[in-house]
Amino acid sequence: MNCTHEIVMAGFGGQGIMFAGKLVSYAGMLAGKEISWLPSYGPEMRGGTANCHVIVSDEQIGSPIITNPTALIAMNRPSLDKFEDTVVPGGLILTDSSLINRSVKRKDVVAIEIPATQHAIDLGEGKLANMVLVGRLIRETGIVSLDILKEALKKIVPARKQELLEMNIKMIELGYNG
Amino acid sequence: MTKVFEKPKALCDVPLHYCPGCTHGIIHRLVAEAIDELDILGKTVGVASVGCSVFSYNYFECDMQQAAHGRAPAVATGIKRVHPGNVVFTYQGDGDLAAIGTAEMVHAAARGEKITVIFVNNAIYGMTGGQMAPTTLLGQVTQTSPYGRNAENQGYPIKVCEMLSTLEGSAYIARVSVDSVKNIRNAKKAIKKAFETQIEGKGFSLVEVLSTCPTNWGLSPVESLDWLRANMMPFYPLGIYKEK
Amino acid sequence: MSEKVLMKGNEAVAEAAIQAGCRYFFGYPITPQNEIPEYMAKRMPKVNGVYLQAESEVAAINMVYGAAGAGARVMTSSSSPGISLKQEGISYLVGSDLPCVIVNMVRGGPGLGGIQPAQSDYFQAVKGGAHGDYYLVVLAPSSVQEAVDLTMEAFDIADMYRTPVIILGDGMLGQMMEPVQFHQYKGRNLPAKDWATTGTNNSRKRNIINSLFIDPQELENLNIERFNRYKQIQEKEVKFESVNCEDADVVLVAYGTTARVAKSAMSRARAEGLKVGLIRPITLWPFPVQVFQQVARTAKAFLAVEMSMGQMVEDVRLAVNGLKPVYFYGRTGGMVLTPMAIVEEIKKISGGEKND
Repeated sequence: MNCTHEIVMAGFGGQGIMFAGKLVSYAGMLAGKEISWLPSYGPEMRGGTANCHVIVSDEQIGSPIITNPTALIAMNRPSLDKFEDTVVPGGLILTDSSLINRSVKRKDVVAIEIPATQHAIDLGEGKLANMVLVGRLIRETGIVSLDILKEALKKIVPARKQELLEMNIKMIELGYNG
Repeated sequence: MTKVFEKPKALCDVPLHYCPGCTHGIIHRLVAEAIDELDILGKTVGVASVGCSVFSYNYFECDMQQAAHGRAPAVATGIKRVHPGNVVFTYQGDGDLAAIGTAEMVHAAARGEKITVIFVNNAIYGMTGGQMAPTTLLGQVTQTSPYGRNAENQGYPIKVCEMLSTLEGSAYIARVSVDSVKNIRNAKKAIKKAFETQIEGKGFSLVEVLSTCPTNWGLSPVESLDWLRANMMPFYPLGIYKEK
Repeated sequence: MSEKVLMKGNEAVAEAAIQAGCRYFFGYPITPQNEIPEYMAKRMPKVNGVYLQAESEVAAINMVYGAAGAGARVMTSSSSPGISLKQEGISYLVGSDLPCVIVNMVRGGPGLGGIQPAQSDYFQAVKGGAHGDYYLVVLAPSSVQEAVDLTMEAFDIADMYRTPVIILGDGMLGQMMEPVQFHQYKGRNLPAKDWATTGTNNSRKRNIINSLFIDPQELENLNIERFNRYKQIQEKEVKFESVNCEDADVVLVAYGTTARVAKSAMSRARAEGLKVGLIRPITLWPFPVQVFQQVARTAKAFLAVEMSMGQMVEDVRLAVNGLKPVYFYGRTGGMVLTPMAIVEEIKKISGGEKND
């Protein structure tokens, strides 16, 4: 059986949802896998919830739209409310419990609630909670190795923002090891 | 024998299709003379529009493109951007330029597009048979303003030179007339100046030429010239509106 | 060969155009294709090209006309409502035999419609769209990589046959990112553009770019000449993909991103023991008629799936020509199809519950 990860990442605009998705996609590409990344777009993006669909697979990818994700990263309450029920049984739900005032209701999934924003603030940059969650995502799912994820990060952080690289890596490691 | 009069090189040796007494022929000749005098025929590309001058691509001895109604300034923009060394002009009537093509005209001017527009204003739609134009005067009777244009119903005529001269991108804007020998000479000067403005890379240039339409005005050629002087000139004053 | 990069469909199309030698882009913003003009605005100045944001789609397509007439490789892009505005210019481009590439990242309609992906501009692209007797070559990529490859080829096809070529994508293709490789653009042997208005340089007869022909006989002759070129395109440029059609009972027909969903559906159906195949037209015009004639001998039924109320299905019916029943399933307005729903439709056909 081939291995296909279908990940939905969702949150408010500005939380780095799209970037997190791109990072995992890029890492998947470096790992030699088939990948697709599909964002929500248009007015939906303006101040509302943003989400992206990331597929990492050993096989050619059919539809880039995910109906039933194998993993969900929810960075705010509306995202958890919207996508919780769509996750496949046995799938993974990762939430930022600093920002979501309820627990995951599903009992047939692996639910991990991390105070990602609080961790990120403690480490010095609250806006990088997305990286904490991505770190945990790859540990739980094994989509790519930590090393490949870091390599991907180096490639997609723009040259003028290289000073953020170290901080991003710290956050990923925190999530991965946490 | 000394030759005292000849066809400009930039004009094709074909009969024009314009009505007797129409001033398009004179304006064509002035454009051609300017091209000859500036010695730019080999690098000039003209854009014909839709209206009476629709066939002008058959009359100028340079490369020509035929544009959709109103779109000549956009087409000219495309040509000029590909070949900045070419001299590009459009030849448009009042319906083409000031009604359906207003947006293309205004924005070409606003961009300071280095093209030259020859704008023939005869206050009526000639090709389609004498309907109201955006430049039709108040009170003027046309097929579609049979009781005379009134501001209440049909709004006011557009003064193109005044409007375009307010834009930063316009470099040379002038209104001329071809009703008399003196004015024809001035018109020629203005057209030449407009081409020079383009060649010098200063920006957008336009020459509005007050013109007659004896056929659709229902007047003889001579009466038409009188009507132009009596009615059009007071509302559309001649002069240079912008010169950078 | 270049390394793999991760790019949005829109950006990839823009880069492909530049690599194919396109140096002129005229456009106007509209969702969901804005990354194309944005990318062009960034890249064109660096390759000595021109990016110009026009005042409207109408102006943009006419700038394309001017630039194409002047002999340049030129492109514009838009999405459904904007493409409607360009129709006048497209007809003039055809009438003047000018090559160019036009990208339509389709969104739901009619009217202002929505901004989510749709395939409801099929008729407009394939059956004309503006006035007059004509066709456009219509290419329908289903992945970002294919969008790159087809965009490059589109310029060659356009130049070869002196026709506008449409890249018909949708919001999904434009917005999604996939790994792509930019293969070295080779290009075909193309005729010189000796008809272009470059200025005579006082050394040749003047060139005229024009679509006005008052003499009906002259106009008829020109239209017949153009249709002779269309016939060559039909003979030489047809592209399609067919998968699992040899033993298939039900053959899915889908193009663009919908074909990806259909492929997923095919796999699921096969896993359940249903014999399902897929024909994916890559050129929507010329439509790959012959493969339908072949497959119709062995298949029991065809199911066209589209993000529309049913447009391409008409061409499938014409191609199958009554040999076998042709069914349709679609979603519209920006709703996308799911593999499960398609499998359900296949089962209904197999069970005799669906009307064609």
